[in-house]
Amino acid sequence: MNITQILLAAQSADGNLRTVAEENLKQFQEQNLPNFLLSLSVELSDDERPPESRRLAGIILKNSLDAKDSAKKELLIQQWVCLDPSIKLKIKESLLITLGSSVHDARRTSSQVIAKVASIEIPRREWQELIAKLLSNMTQQGAPAPLKQATLEALGYVCEEISPEHLEQDQVNSVLTAVVQGMNQTELSPEVRIAAVKALYNALDFAESNFANEMERNYIMKVVCDTAVSKEVEIRQAAFECLVAIGSTYYVHLDPYMQTIFNLTANAVKGDEEPVALQAVEFWSTICDEEIELQEEYEGNDDANSTVNYRFIEKALPSLVPMLLETLLKQEEDQDQDDNVWNISMSGGTCLGLIARTVGDAIVPLVMPFVEGNITKPDWHCREAATFAFGSILEGPSVEKLAPLVQAGLDFLLNTTKDPNSQVRDTTAWTLGRVFELLHSPASANPIITNANLPRIMNVLLESSKDVPNVAEKVCGAIYFLAQGYEDAESMSSVLTPFLPNLIAALLSAADRADTTHFRLRASAYEALNEIVRVSNIPETSGILGQLLQEIMRRLNLTFELHILSSGDKEKQSDLQALLCGVLQVIIQKLSSSDAKSIIAQTADQLMFLFLRVFACHSSTVHEEAMLAIGALAYATGTDFVKYMPEFFKYLEAGLQNYEEYQVCSISVGVVGDICRALEDKILPFCDGIMTVLLKDLSNSMLNRSVKPPIFSCFGDIALAIGEFFEKYLPYAMPMLQGAAELLGVLDHNDEDMVDYGNQLRRGIFEAYSGILQGIKGAKAQMMMPYAGHLLQFTEAVYKDQSRDDNVTKAAVAVLGDLADTLGPSSKDLFKSNLFHVEFLRECLDLDDEVKDTASWAQGMINHALVS
Amino acid sequence: MAPPHRPYKRPAISDQQRRRDLALQAQSSRRADAQARARSLANSLLSPSSAETAEGDSERDHEPTVTDVATAASKLRGSDARRWFARHIMLPEWMADAPPHLASDWHVFARPAGKRCLVVSCNGMTISRVRNGSILHRFPSALPNGSKRDISGPASSYSILDCIFHEPDETYYIIDMICWRGYSLYDCTAEFRFFWVNSKLMETTAGDPPSTYHRYRFSVVPIYECTLEGLEAAYSGSTPYMKDGLLFYNKHVHYQAGITPLALVWKDEACSQYIIDTDSKGQVPSEQHVVLELQEDGKLATSDDPPVVFGSLDNEFIQKSNLRPGNLLRFAFRDERVKLVDGKMEISELQFVGRPNRARAFADSHSKALFQYAARHAPLRIEDLVASIQSNHMEVKSTDVEMQG
Repeated sequence: MNITQILLAAQSADGNLRTVAEENLKQFQEQNLPNFLLSLSVELSDDERPPESRRLAGIILKNSLDAKDSAKKELLIQQWVCLDPSIKLKIKESLLITLGSSVHDARRTSSQVIAKVASIEIPRREWQELIAKLLSNMTQQGAPAPLKQATLEALGYVCEEISPEHLEQDQVNSVLTAVVQGMNQTELSPEVRIAAVKALYNALDFAESNFANEMERNYIMKVVCDTAVSKEVEIRQAAFECLVAIGSTYYVHLDPYMQTIFNLTANAVKGDEEPVALQAVEFWSTICDEEIELQEEYEGNDDANSTVNYRFIEKALPSLVPMLLETLLKQEEDQDQDDNVWNISMSGGTCLGLIARTVGDAIVPLVMPFVEGNITKPDWHCREAATFAFGSILEGPSVEKLAPLVQAGLDFLLNTTKDPNSQVRDTTAWTLGRVFELLHSPASANPIITNANLPRIMNVLLESSKDVPNVAEKVCGAIYFLAQGYEDAESMSSVLTPFLPNLIAALLSAADRADTTHFRLRASAYEALNEIVRVSNIPETSGILGQLLQEIMRRLNLTFELHILSSGDKEKQSDLQALLCGVLQVIIQKLSSSDAKSIIAQTADQLMFLFLRVFACHSSTVHEEAMLAIGALAYATGTDFVKYMPEFFKYLEAGLQNYEEYQVCSISVGVVGDICRALEDKILPFCDGIMTVLLKDLSNSMLNRSVKPPIFSCFGDIALAIGEFFEKYLPYAMPMLQGAAELLGVLDHNDEDMVDYGNQLRRGIFEAYSGILQGIKGAKAQMMMPYAGHLLQFTEAVYKDQSRDDNVTKAAVAVLGDLADTLGPSSKDLFKSNLFHVEFLRECLDLDDEVKDTASWAQGMINHALVS
Repeated sequence: MAPPHRPYKRPAISDQQRRRDLALQAQSSRRADAQARARSLANSLLSPSSAETAEGDSERDHEPTVTDVATAASKLRGSDARRWFARHIMLPEWMADAPPHLASDWHVFARPAGKRCLVVSCNGMTISRVRNGSILHRFPSALPNGSKRDISGPASSYSILDCIFHEPDETYYIIDMICWRGYSLYDCTAEFRFFWVNSKLMETTAGDPPSTYHRYRFSVVPIYECTLEGLEAAYSGSTPYMKDGLLFYNKHVHYQAGITPLALVWKDEACSQYIIDTDSKGQVPSEQHVVLELQEDGKLATSDDPPVVFGSLDNEFIQKSNLRPGNLLRFAFRDERVKLVDGKMEISELQFVGRPNRARAFADSHSKALFQYAARHAPLRIEDLVASIQSNHMEVKSTDVEMQG
């Protein structure tokens, strides 16, 4: 059987045939990969073969070069790199030939495969002739349209796959020239033009120096703007997508073109088809994003040469706002019922919200007449648009500007929760939530919520929580933010206490009512419950919280009886358990940090039993929320937690090993810390197991890096708990710490994320040393002597690094004190020969109190060591 | 190309993320607390909301505020504070036998009669706590940072003194120093600490008579080398305070938590009113009493680490009397029921008497029971101590001779 037949059989309707064919393909691939790939490329390029077999050949080729899983991907790349160069050359030639094929599918697949090969080879400085070969397809006299289309697609995909530094500037210039020519109106084929616009979109990131050059920039912008009014919708949409990308990437160069762009977008929003209009609005949202970011950067930084802010939004405001307000009236029926809807009124309202954040007070007088003019109209579209406009501008303008409006309008909003139209009610509830989120501050001189209006507000919220699910969900959100307002004014939350029983009952029944189709209502209801628990005033609510605890435990117990027939059911069960464990976690935390701690102590056995059952019903993963709740329980129960350890330990171990779901791993690491502090030296019997897994995690390159700093801190927690018993882990833990310290030397200082990560890692390393030094202090202190020199060098390097943050500084200073404290007089010579600590500690005395206190403590310790 | 689909009517963060963040914050602040505890004594001793006052309700003038509650939440409270405190104060053993090398290796001083307490000054306030962790006084003092008036250096740098509060003259007598202006003396020898007490107290006006910003006077106690002359001075010399026995400190002992044989207490009738334990009516009972702690397994143990077991209670009795592990119980025993094996007491028949005074935080130590036993029969007398010093003296001399030979 030849390859064509196998490829066809693999797509046969007959299952048996298919299985055999798949097996054949697999054998071929395993026995002779080079020939297998070569045959596939020949199949793809041969116009004599059936389109179906060619298509599958292309797909298999593509999957032989790339995979989602990063380990698999790395493997495939290595496989390709190691192929015989002559085979690779033949494959690439076949691929290029296929671009000229008359079969559309074959051309497109080939252009994708070309990009995959390019993504492997071009960064390795191979296949440098690719760009030239593609360009020659464009420039040859009378090149057929399909070839040009496929070539442009290939160029676009290549740009998408590789990063700008891998192309030479002259290559970039040629690509842009070819692409821009393809967009030109003189190009007759719409297929070529659309391919060209899409390629430009992908090539924009490469065009930095072209945009810096005025003539080239003018030319590119002219072509893009011309394309934005092409006959074909798809081309116009793609051209606007380019404008959006340019708005974000080349904001600094945009000034001369803004008038033209404004006209283009205004026309599109007013009259063009929705996909185009959406992109036109998105352009302005993007400009808002840029200007908000510029303002945020500017706030913390008086630097005169910080990047230029043109204030485009402010300048366009008088025309922009009316244009967007118009869009608000174009709602679709039932758009709130479906998460996948994204229409012009939604994007217009969203953009309005961004504009409010960009310009602040200036938007208010432009929007309020629209609100007032429409909010009482008989057409629900008008009422909904007015409410949405009002809700959208609540973030950005000053409280002084908004508070009077909200105070005047609150009663109206409360009434509107009874509007006959559910979309109006939905937006009203959302707007109330925004009011509470952004303007409700009980401690302010003129609060929005007063003792006088609170009963009415509560009444309305309680009533509306029974509304249809999408409205009820927004009501739960409003309750969440209403409660959140009391977060920093905890004693004032007493005003909520009389309403708590009804509020809790309403939220619990909202959560119950939520059927399977509206999981979000259930989530919102439980989350609102969490916030209420967080702010509630203890001790007056401890009785209520105790009852709630029982009720949530009852509900969690019921989840074990759900009928699980499909993986979907399983997922639902798990999601529900997550919400309930979340509530339990919050209650445990709340009660355990108060005098009502005994409630938790009495319930601890039952709670732990439930959490263990949650673990037990999900064999494939460790339930994250249950883990988080157990951390809270460990803190609440203290040493008593030890009785749960034998049963819990296997899940903890599994959580620590779950490097695929790094959040689970990270939370489990945190829980180890909680348990160390709860159990102190009683954790000792479990330490071998825990340390083994933690050390493995540190060496695992697949584990998300963000988990590694907490693992180091966790070493410190363990050492502090078990004291000198940590001795046996020193030979394993210390090289890890030293290795990580060295890694810090080679982190990229220009990458903000890496600087941030570097600081987390430093803090983790210092916390580890601190815990170990303090833990081992005493009879075995001198065991730490061999590590002291390295620690001091590392601390000095951190001291000299300007990118360290205050947390790192504090941890570094503390470790100096710990070293002197633990080693005592034997550290004398070390401190004498590494004198940086003198300067370091002196600098710290000018910093904030916490750092200062730590520094003066460390100074005392070092002085003591020095004079002894 | 990504079709932009911005969040619509959605809050920016999820509550789940908040729960994670809050858990992380809590973990990180608890880690900081744990490390601070490992580093020093000061914080939890200082937090005034963390324990009730010692003298009943009359001292409870302090209204808890939001900040207090918030502070207390992250720090030690009630029984935690007491347990923790007990682990950190240095407690002498009762002297059953004179240790060797008294003259060369030991200090001696007359213990003032009164309440043993730790005094912490920091952030413009001074707080004293008695042995069970409860607060004795909260007051301004002339110790470093001990009052709002004279704050020098970082306000939070603290000083911790080990004192005895002597009621008759309302004076804190300093018997040891743990920390001075943030400088820890934990790992210093007793010799060095006593030297510092004297020299550092001189730098302040804490020894002055009371005034507005200095409610109680602080005073040093005269400390002697335990030579014949030193012992004589401590034993018979006049002191401004009422004596309650003698304290012996090994010169090399660091300040260490719990009961240590390197600090010793000794009493006889001449230098203490309280040589033999009295009952609640102040009478000396006909049988010796001992306070023991009930363990999980029903055993009755002393406060030593590790505890010494003197007997046990059966389950029926425990349940009938509504007792719980950790309860302190007072027992009596007849002298003939005591056996001494290798310097350890063994008691064969304990009789339950009742519960001790509620302020009691700890059971008796083994050495205390032993000392009490000896005091009723063949007490260690001052003459024995003198003899011990003299014999040590001769040993040293005879070694000298050999070495010369």
